[in-house]
Amino acid sequence: MPVAVNRGCGAVVTSDAVDDDLALVDRLRAGDETAFVEVVRSYQARLMRLAQATVGSRAVAEEVCQDTWLAVFRGVERFEGRSSFKTWLFKVLLNRAHTTAARELRAGRSDDDVIERFDANGAWAEPPVPWSDRVDDALVAERLAHRVQDLLPALSELQRQVVVLHDVEGLDSTDVATLLGITEGNQRVLLHRGRAKLRECLAAELGMDR
Amino acid sequence: MRFWRRHSELVCRDAVALMTAYLDGELDDRDRTRLETHLADCPHCSEYLAQLRVTIDALGHVDIDELSDEALDDLVHLYRQWRAG
Repeated sequence: MPVAVNRGCGAVVTSDAVDDDLALVDRLRAGDETAFVEVVRSYQARLMRLAQATVGSRAVAEEVCQDTWLAVFRGVERFEGRSSFKTWLFKVLLNRAHTTAARELRAGRSDDDVIERFDANGAWAEPPVPWSDRVDDALVAERLAHRVQDLLPALSELQRQVVVLHDVEGLDSTDVATLLGITEGNQRVLLHRGRAKLRECLAAELGMDR
Repeated sequence: MRFWRRHSELVCRDAVALMTAYLDGELDDRDRTRLETHLADCPHCSEYLAQLRVTIDALGHVDIDELSDEALDDLVHLYRQWRAG
């Protein structure tokens, strides 16, 4: 069965995208202010979202973003196009965020947020209440898309980072694991727990909390 | 044969644990077949998978906040300061 998942901004880096990135970087290196404005318009809000997912506070996130742009000014000469510009930018931001705020390693967090409920034989003890068919209604789908961002604080820091990078920004698992300095297996566990927690929150939004 | 069936069939807990890799196309053929066989017989896991898909779809449609003129001006100012050395 083909598996189609919406990946936000698109996980595939095409050769056109790479060419566009390199052209943009050339303009940045040449000191083209309009290129900088383009980059800021495209990425500042995304950087803020990832920074907030990392450091929590909006004020600290703003500081991290400013530090990131300064690091980009200084470091753009070193961008080689091996990753997309977006991935490189996220890497710069995460480095700055980890410098600014001590990172709270929660990868080892295990059972406190396991929310599926099974009996001793591994069967559902409390099966999920059906609601997915209600989302065929466009209004409900729009409401969920609007709400899910507000629900991100329910996740742990690393879960938030993984979910934002993978499901909102559309980076692939390898890039997410590399950016966050975790294994791909750990990345998958964090992504699973983050999605499971958000699923539970959305169920509660629909009055179907299980 | 019975031994093989017992060890190749999934219980719901294991099926749920495979769903993220399944949704991201990262399961090998054997596990994908085991999961799809389980899903065909388990309405609860099928519903759970459908709800995960809805969740991921909602995340893919999260709006980007509008960048305010003031925030853009601040960053352009920062850029000019840096260029001026």
